[in-house]
Amino acid sequence: MNHEKKTPLIRLAKRDGMEGWKIWCIRCGAVLFALLLGALVMGLVGANPFTAYGAMVSGALGKKSAIRQTVKIAVPLLGCALAIAPCFKMRFWNIGAEGQITAGAIAASYFALFWADRLPAPVLLTVMGVAGAVGGGFWALIPAFFKARWNTNETLFTLMMNYIVIGVVQWLQGGPWEGRKGSQIIPQFDEAACLPRVFGIHCGWIIVLVLVVFMHIYMNYTKHGYEISVIGDSVNTARYAGMNVGWVMMRTMFLSGAISGIVGFIVASGANNTLYDGVAGGVGFTSITVAWLSQLNAFAMVGISVLLAVLSKGAETLQTRMAVPASISDIITGILLFCMLGCEFFIHYRLIFRKKKEARNG
Amino acid sequence: MGNFMNLFIALIIAAITYGTPLLFGTLGETLTEKSGNLNLGVEGIMFMGGALGLGGVFYYEKAAGAGANGLVAVVIGVLCAFLAGVLASLIFSFLTITLRANQNVTGLALSIFGTGVGQFAGEYMRVRENGYISIGNHLKTFFQNSPFPDVLQKIPVVGGVLFGNSVFFYLGLMLAAGMFFFLNRTRTGLYLRSVGESPATADAAGIAVERYKYLATVIGGGISAVGGMVYIMTIAGCVWNHEGLSGVGWLAVALVIFCMWRPLSAIWGSVLFGALMILYLRLVLPFIPTQIYKILPYVVTVVVLIVSSMRNNKEKQPPASLGLAYFREDR
Repeated sequence: MNHEKKTPLIRLAKRDGMEGWKIWCIRCGAVLFALLLGALVMGLVGANPFTAYGAMVSGALGKKSAIRQTVKIAVPLLGCALAIAPCFKMRFWNIGAEGQITAGAIAASYFALFWADRLPAPVLLTVMGVAGAVGGGFWALIPAFFKARWNTNETLFTLMMNYIVIGVVQWLQGGPWEGRKGSQIIPQFDEAACLPRVFGIHCGWIIVLVLVVFMHIYMNYTKHGYEISVIGDSVNTARYAGMNVGWVMMRTMFLSGAISGIVGFIVASGANNTLYDGVAGGVGFTSITVAWLSQLNAFAMVGISVLLAVLSKGAETLQTRMAVPASISDIITGILLFCMLGCEFFIHYRLIFRKKKEARNG
Repeated sequence: MGNFMNLFIALIIAAITYGTPLLFGTLGETLTEKSGNLNLGVEGIMFMGGALGLGGVFYYEKAAGAGANGLVAVVIGVLCAFLAGVLASLIFSFLTITLRANQNVTGLALSIFGTGVGQFAGEYMRVRENGYISIGNHLKTFFQNSPFPDVLQKIPVVGGVLFGNSVFFYLGLMLAAGMFFFLNRTRTGLYLRSVGESPATADAAGIAVERYKYLATVIGGGISAVGGMVYIMTIAGCVWNHEGLSGVGWLAVALVIFCMWRPLSAIWGSVLFGALMILYLRLVLPFIPTQIYKILPYVVTVVVLIVSSMRNNKEKQPPASLGLAYFREDR
């Protein structure tokens, strides 16, 4: 008799797998919903949402120079998302990409500042790239080592490592690497230490696109990628199969840090032509959401990082044209992330509402 | 000697001032993490609390004019900030608990969203009010001065340290004591801790895991947000200052680890971190660059994290299911 009351109003059931087109419908729906919410926010502050979105799109993609700026924003996001993907696949929550970018940028900057007059440009840039990779890799290896050896919580460890290395840059800026005394600024790199431009944008975009292909192959078609996914599914299974889990963790983290470090090199050498404490500028955090939203799929990351870059560049235009503070891009990005994170639930689960008839019969 | 003593006392008082926002941030996050939810959105939550708390007090003062009551203003500030935090962590809870999204990613998204909202609200108010948001001196004193009479504050040596701080420090002390009592001496607190340690066991024992997680996260978020408001109203001088506020939330996350998830340790921990935040202004040592002071809190936290994992002491560990999702059906 009480059965009817005990059946919850909504039950959940796991879906066995949805058709591809339906999944994409849900995801696109989530994006639209997010844009709608964003329009609501704009309406609240008295901006016409249509003109506002129009201004954002034209500001981000309207002119050649605007597109270049947008790509410049997307490059580090994409590169860093690629770096994070293997860690997250392994369920190793590396949220220290911010610091690994910075560590890579420091290592690359060392050569840019002190070896520029001794090496020819191509060699110098190669050395800088390698130094960036090694710098970022070692910075990432520290938490990985402690995780592998003593199971130290990696989320909190990597998070703390960010601020330590950013503090080191601040020290370099005000101390040993300071340009003019009292300026707190590291001097601009020599011409030879700046990445050459291709189509008007520093050639970091080519490096990152190569990395997309590399990561796709690495994650899906190599033994390393296989080990990573087994550990992600079940550490015990991996151990039973004879994998050295600690070793794989350290190796993967080194790779992840190395790619972040290369991104740091690209940003310092290509975009800023110098090193400062904002070299990562939140990219390490935003790219985590990029990686996760693309389901760790390297090609999907391209789309999502471009989307976020358009939002952030567009918001700058919004500020100059309509006097809406540029921080609205963070709000819309946040809403977008929330909606896309939430929509995955409807892809994986089915809601079953309580039916009167079913309850009576049961 | 007396001179040195005075300097030292001045340092402690400044450390308490800088530690108070951290104390709230840490206590809130401790409560959240005790339920097994790792909310990395504290930075965003504190931004929202700071901006909306300031906004609440500003518009209250504007509405009430000269008759504005200091006590009411403080209550409004706390309430506005608390509500902002509740709202922010409600988003987090809904996504991670009901919709089962990944906690790390959702927390970071909340950080992005919250800092955006805080900055947007702060700037928007500034533009709307023609350039400057500020609270009158009359109300400011209620936020920044000690609630105790002068006589107590004038007690030599200890008077300033014990009775000379802003009202929020004393509120924080009470909150810390209350939270200690709640977590360690009440049944509900025990249930909450069991949810954070082993949700499956708690569920089997008939504890409503989801409800506990929701409530702890939402209330914890509210408390953290008050910390943002305290920063803006005391240290930043009742003016929106996003540069000053940035990083405080992450420091609070670090402090939770440093204190090993114990509310009472958060009191001295936050004063210590507060001291580290300002030490570079007060104690300039040759050979030690000032910037290195700023990374000390994080270095210390990392060391604590490593040592605690090496010693593997059961009493001093993160909640066992911290950051992990719990879905009954997954078993």
